[in-house]
Amino acid sequence: MSKRVTVVDYGIGNLLSVCRALTHEGGDVTLSGDPEVIRQADHLVVPGVGAFGQCTLELASRHLREPVLEFIQTGRPTLGICVGMQMMFDIGEEFGEHQGLGVFPGRVVAIDPRKADGGRRKIPHIGWNRLQVPNGRVWEGTMLAPVQPGESVYFVHSFSARCERPEDVLATVDYEDYEVVAAVGRDNVMGTQFHPEKSGDVGLRIVRQFLSL
Amino acid sequence: MNLVRLIPCLDIKDGRVVKGTNFVGLRDAGDPVELAAHYEAQGADEIVFLDITASSDQRLPVVELARQVAEVLFIPFTVGGGIREVEQVRAALLAGADKVSLNTAAVQRPELITEAAGVFGAQCVVVAIDAKRQGDHWEVTTHGGRTFTGLDAVEWAQEAVARGAGEILLTSMDGDGTRQGYDLELTRAVAGAVSVPVIASGGAGIAGHLVDAVQKGKADAVLVAGILHDGLTTVQFLKQEMQALGLSVR
Repeated sequence: MSKRVTVVDYGIGNLLSVCRALTHEGGDVTLSGDPEVIRQADHLVVPGVGAFGQCTLELASRHLREPVLEFIQTGRPTLGICVGMQMMFDIGEEFGEHQGLGVFPGRVVAIDPRKADGGRRKIPHIGWNRLQVPNGRVWEGTMLAPVQPGESVYFVHSFSARCERPEDVLATVDYEDYEVVAAVGRDNVMGTQFHPEKSGDVGLRIVRQFLSL
Repeated sequence: MNLVRLIPCLDIKDGRVVKGTNFVGLRDAGDPVELAAHYEAQGADEIVFLDITASSDQRLPVVELARQVAEVLFIPFTVGGGIREVEQVRAALLAGADKVSLNTAAVQRPELITEAAGVFGAQCVVVAIDAKRQGDHWEVTTHGGRTFTGLDAVEWAQEAVARGAGEILLTSMDGDGTRQGYDLELTRAVAGAVSVPVIASGGAGIAGHLVDAVQKGKADAVLVAGILHDGLTTVQFLKQEMQALGLSVR
């Protein structure tokens, strides 16, 4: 039987492609902002487009903050994508400080536009970049299990997570000598800074693996 | 580092992909949705769709196209052609496009860039510039190359970025369809003047041209059309060649 996946709809951006990727990989997908539909899901996806503060505000104003946190506490697989991943952290610094869900200790900070050599790093970080495994991490058993280090995924972002617990970092990419946290994972909660729904075949493999967890 | 993006571009007229030379002499090159899916399977990093159908209608053909394309693609795509208002930007994004490309309307009313970037973010606003060499500089043209604006391409690129453009899609009208290589001077002049990614366009004939656009022209991405549509090469082959010539590609 296919997994019931709820994609949390809190009024931001276009969630079509996220839903379509999940459906493509066999998920029984519902896009919903109803706490009851969130509760009933086997898997939860928290997307995010735009600014951190705006997203957390919308989530809270629709009374979805608690249902998402309660879902996570049940131990069922939860995936945050892009700002959806960023919101899992304590604090976001985009347009002032905003409180996140606090699942992962750390902050979401602006990517430094200055390079060590004095040159300029282009912001936002847009495009494909190669996933790397942090020292001591293994992807086996995680959503990245079917991915080989060095395979590429698609990014669009100007802010980047800084994890307090290095062990939360599942994958990084190197953006002109700036280390971007590309994926995080701890127990049943995971997040991708990149867009699996826009990352071609590699992205679809990750989605399929998430649904199998 | 970021990988160099290879972006097939589909010019569309009345629902069909067309290809011309120096913006004229259009010939049919197939169904846009089918072609796009085909290019994704070959390893294209993004797709750009530019609708050149003349339209005075509020309902844009690119919005319907975006809806169809979003059903089959799992890579980012940009749509452009006739977008004049923020509401049309919204419609295109809601239909599934990742970015919109603004051209003539942005020249006529530069505030459109600011408005679109303010509401949806700079990352989804591409400003397309069609530039024609005039002696030692390049002039911005609009309406598919038919109108000369008097604007300097480098200065216009800078203004577009200051107003919120997240990327510049830079087409050399002189190079368009010639397969003689991109205008490297133009590409370098614009890439050196702005802080956002520049997509080189117009003139791709062989993989070496793509490599030159990046290494000499300092482009972040390369747009390719005719040589793909005419079956002279494939995305896969071009990327293998780019890799062999020293570029990092996906």
